Amino acid sequence: MNEQIALSVQNVYKVFGKRPAEAVKRMKAGKTRDEVSALGTAAVIDASFDVRAGEIFVVMGLSGSGKSTLIRTLNGLQPQTAGNVVVGGTDISTISDAELRKVRQQKISMVFQHFALMPHRTVADNAAYALEVQGMAKAERLARAEKVLKLVGLEGWGDKFPAELSGGMQQRVGLARALCAETDILLMDEAFSALDPLIRREMQEQLVALQADLGKTIVFITHDLNEAMFLGDRIAVMRDGRIVQIGTPDDILTHPANDYVAQFVQDVDRTRVLTAGSVMEPARAVVNLSGGPRNALRTMRDLQTSAAFVVDQRRTFFGTVRDRDVMHLVESRAPDLAAAVRNGNGAVRAETPLSELFGLAVESPIPLPVVDDEGRLVGAIPRVTLLAALGNVPSSTTDIPIVESAPAPIPEQEVTRTLNKTSMGIKTSAEGGTR
Amino acid sequence: MDLEFRIPLGDWVDVGLDWLLATFAAVFAFIRTVFLAAYDSLEWLLTTPPSWAIIIVFAAIAYAARGWKLALGTALGFLLIVGVNQWDNAMESFALVIVATVVAILLSVPTGILAASSATASAIIRPILDFMQTMPAMVYLIPALVMFRVGVVPGIIATIIFSMAPGVRFTELGIRGVDKEVVEAGYAFGSSPGSILRKIQLPLAMPTIMAGINQVIMLALSMVVIAGMVGAGGLGGEVVASLNRIDAGLGFEAGLAVVILAIFLDRVTASVGKTSEPGGRAGAGRLAKQSLQNA
Repeated sequence: MNEQIALSVQNVYKVFGKRPAEAVKRMKAGKTRDEVSALGTAAVIDASFDVRAGEIFVVMGLSGSGKSTLIRTLNGLQPQTAGNVVVGGTDISTISDAELRKVRQQKISMVFQHFALMPHRTVADNAAYALEVQGMAKAERLARAEKVLKLVGLEGWGDKFPAELSGGMQQRVGLARALCAETDILLMDEAFSALDPLIRREMQEQLVALQADLGKTIVFITHDLNEAMFLGDRIAVMRDGRIVQIGTPDDILTHPANDYVAQFVQDVDRTRVLTAGSVMEPARAVVNLSGGPRNALRTMRDLQTSAAFVVDQRRTFFGTVRDRDVMHLVESRAPDLAAAVRNGNGAVRAETPLSELFGLAVESPIPLPVVDDEGRLVGAIPRVTLLAALGNVPSSTTDIPIVESAPAPIPEQEVTRTLNKTSMGIKTSAEGGTR
Repeated sequence: MDLEFRIPLGDWVDVGLDWLLATFAAVFAFIRTVFLAAYDSLEWLLTTPPSWAIIIVFAAIAYAARGWKLALGTALGFLLIVGVNQWDNAMESFALVIVATVVAILLSVPTGILAASSATASAIIRPILDFMQTMPAMVYLIPALVMFRVGVVPGIIATIIFSMAPGVRFTELGIRGVDKEVVEAGYAFGSSPGSILRKIQLPLAMPTIMAGINQVIMLALSMVVIAGMVGAGGLGGEVVASLNRIDAGLGFEAGLAVVILAIFLDRVTASVGKTSEPGGRAGAGRLAKQSLQNA
């Protein structure tokens, strides 16, 4: 990959206590966190990761896992005991206080858990704080702040004091303050944890939208796995000061590195993380539109299913057919399968989250067809798969003949009898129709 | 078995004091001159105009700080002082309290800031404050008397030492009580420690610091009487005189004047502390909702 690295953390340790350097030395020699506890409390142990420009990198862990300390090493609020933190090419562990202040002003800003607004200043003055520190003239910085406040949906609130705003609005001011600094990197320390669930959701969505517009690099700390999964391009899971796994939300959910992560992700709302594309199975009962009714009926008989998906040569999805309808066509010797096709727009897209599939699955007696951007059938989701995905049961259902008991298939003999009865009249080259 | 020994602590103090006097005589003379000048000019300012003019000024200050009720009470209270013939004494004491308080604040607030910024400084300053606050106030008077001679200056010095402690403590408490995250935010956006002190810590600690200043003033007033013993005059002089003459009536009149001064100063400074707190957190949520509904 040749993506730009915005922020690089290399073997960072942070130990609080009497003899932090000694504690680090011993841990590097293989001692555990508990063994060095007499020397100091190790909050961050050997953390290394790179954050790519423009991604949302989430650090997730329970309270006490060291994530808040870790994020504070990134802008030097808690200088690390050992290791290097490189912000946009500058190693902040080696620079002077004055230079560090410059880095904080120009490269990296922060949003705090409890907003950390200055209660004695108006919303606009709060938002413009970073610019004030940078030494911008008052009129200019207030004009800029007004623009950013508009961006976060607080137009016209500039003259109020923070205490007059609700929690969600206060955090928008916190976000505006950080955005106003126009730094490339944004640190967010449990930024939405103090908000009501509904407001939190709204803020998460707004953050994702802002990120898409502004292309900031965001390091987001949270203890909420659902939040991590929703926001994160990549997630680092922390436990007892160590990073135990770094990966995409999908990775973490489906391939947890150890029992701890597995246990952690147990509670996640999988339906919001997993997409139709990630759980779908190969669609087996597929018939070709040009294959005709006889061919379709034969396929369904062979697979012992009561319905099949209809596609064309390019696998573009047309709809579904039911065995009874097809049998009527066969009995009436109609040559065109199209008359039996129904439900042409019941397909779901591969990137649809599972949470949106349940309603559809309930209404649909057959597996949900999954299509790609060009409308081609790429897979199917039987209800069983949907349930299995929720419980993280390994998707062994693939090998089981698709279970779709809802409308029982017409008994095999009856189908065969119908096919035989009508076989003399029609001789089509239907063999290629099934796949 | 009795332990028989005597630590000559008192002798040491005497020797130390003699040394101080010999070495820093010029410094003491300078301090005396400055304090005396400040006191004299303030006293002149308060006693030269007719008493009704001063009362109007006080009432106006009370009105600005709190409203018409306090203004009315102030006017009545000071008229009472005039009525019991303690006006000049009261103004002398008032001048003493103001000079002592201003100096005490100038010393105690920076000390409090220092104590808040470093745990070591705090650990050193705290026992000194305990000493200053609990040592019987009259004990300060003796060396002060030696250093600055009889008159109003030793009274001012003793008052400063006795009343400083809450100023330091409240300042430290106020600054330490500022939301840590807000201070962190200041650092996170690249502010220098000095700018964080000026723009974040001091403004947010101001209500607490004002409460400390209020306490400083109250303690200074309580020292007025003791200052009277070293010839500071004013209401304290009257109380000491009434004690010598066993004159309960005079003692009560002078004491009442002290009380009136105290109430006036307390109410005025307390409300200054309150108004410097913006918004107020409690009603904030409701306010926000209202403005949302109006929008």
